[in-house]
Amino acid sequence: MTAPLLAIENLTRDYTLRAKGATRHLRAVDGVSLAVEPGSIFAVVGESGCGKSTLARIVMALDRPTGGTVRLGGDDLFALSPKALARKRRDFQMVFQDPYGSLNPRHSVGRIVAEPLHLLDDAPRGRDRQSLVARALEDVGLPAQAAERYPHEFSGGQRQRIAIARALITNPKLVVADEAVSALDLSIQAQILRLILSLRDRHGLTVLFITHNIGVVDEVADRVGVMQAGRLVETGTVREVLDHPREDYTRTLLAAEPTLAVLGRRRRRA
Amino acid sequence: MTALAKVSGASFRLRRPGRAALLVGGILTAVLVGVALLSLVWTPEDPARMRILQKLKGPLVSGLLGTDHLGRDVASMLMRGAFNSLTTAFAAVGLGAVLGTLAGVAAAARAGFDAVLMRICDALFALPPILSAIMLGALLGPGALTAIVAIGVFMIPVFARVTRGAAMQIWARDYIMAARMAGKGTARITLEHVLPNIAGQVIVQVTIQLAMAILTEAGLSFLGLGLPPPAPTWGRMLAESQTYMLQAPHLALAPGLAIAAAVLGLNLLGDGLAARLDPRRRQAS
Repeated sequence: MTAPLLAIENLTRDYTLRAKGATRHLRAVDGVSLAVEPGSIFAVVGESGCGKSTLARIVMALDRPTGGTVRLGGDDLFALSPKALARKRRDFQMVFQDPYGSLNPRHSVGRIVAEPLHLLDDAPRGRDRQSLVARALEDVGLPAQAAERYPHEFSGGQRQRIAIARALITNPKLVVADEAVSALDLSIQAQILRLILSLRDRHGLTVLFITHNIGVVDEVADRVGVMQAGRLVETGTVREVLDHPREDYTRTLLAAEPTLAVLGRRRRRA
Repeated sequence: MTALAKVSGASFRLRRPGRAALLVGGILTAVLVGVALLSLVWTPEDPARMRILQKLKGPLVSGLLGTDHLGRDVASMLMRGAFNSLTTAFAAVGLGAVLGTLAGVAAAARAGFDAVLMRICDALFALPPILSAIMLGALLGPGALTAIVAIGVFMIPVFARVTRGAAMQIWARDYIMAARMAGKGTARITLEHVLPNIAGQVIVQVTIQLAMAILTEAGLSFLGLGLPPPAPTWGRMLAESQTYMLQAPHLALAPGLAIAAAVLGLNLLGDGLAARLDPRRRQAS
């Protein structure tokens, strides 16, 4: 086994809730450990509220853990100085769930896609910047001319492609996709998933894919971790976990998944 | 399909929100600004010239709107008064809008500052504006600056609240998180992402507050705390007309109607803009 690109160890995040004078502690992430090999897609699956989005925020260094470490390419993200962390950010980017909320409606697509270039000390300017944006857009299957248009001129699927182009412009090693296809129509979901797979194959991208949808896991992931109430209850290759689940919770999750085959059977029976 | 799209497009245009308000408000405001600017280069008479023999003449007997108790031309005073009212109102709202918006976006960005700022706003809101302006006027002495500061200070919390609420909504968007992923700091995100997205709401508030400012300025002038004589203001014209209310009702009607029309126009414009900019009613076009 090669050295993992992303290594999370014993990660914990507590939130303090103050309601009506009483203080309560909520453990959103509870001792999570996982390792993601370079060039692989690791899916974290779980129902809403299980802590998977908190996990994503911490991996993106947008939030600090209460305990544990997140190592990216060997560097502990939370031991880095703010300056070093800012430099490191070019190596990890994020794709959000809602392609309507993740693009500033007042900015042109070109400006949106180029935003992470702010992280680069030697960021290209003028012509070079334009051609870099154009290449990023073409990389996700959009015409280069899209750069001059505005987000509202695009459909949900196209917007998600714009968001992916933005995440890829600094040539990151890791992309965290937080429910990146959940807001899209089924046919568009398949297109975006195929795009993510092809980007992985072409650029050797590593993806941490956060989702509640087992079908999506089956489609793209190499390995999967099942999350329940802040804990990672089962980890393994997609085939192991989906075909031979060891945990009761994984079985419940699998049984809750509606499939077209099941729906079809039901209709025939009726 | 094309025909259907055409029909629904046409009906959408007719039903565009706030269209009538926008139109009437826009015309009234444009006339107001036009008359104010015109008064700088031309008025029928010198608004300060007294012709005591011509005093208290009715409309169309002497000049378009008659003369006052000193024989000054009411139409000319009304025109120059429009300019005086508008400049005071613009300066006051400018003061309130700039400081209030800065405070509002800062509060939305920093929770610590937010708590302090909102308590200050609560305190300012608790003071009755006209009474406080009178107190301030007594303290600073009457004059244009007094009126501007007295009106402007009480607009700061209004703008601070509106921009704070709007900015907080923007801060919750994912594109702010994307900007943080791009290593951008609070000030830069406020400038690039927050301000452009709340500008519409600030502009709407500016028009509504302009109407408020014109009204308050008239009130202060009425009480003798606005621009000093002989500069004509609508508020003082109204105050001076009181003595001659029965003899020459046009002296009260002219500035009264002018104030009403200006406030109505700006309020309609503000409502029309608000309806047009409301994202729930705006089509993604």
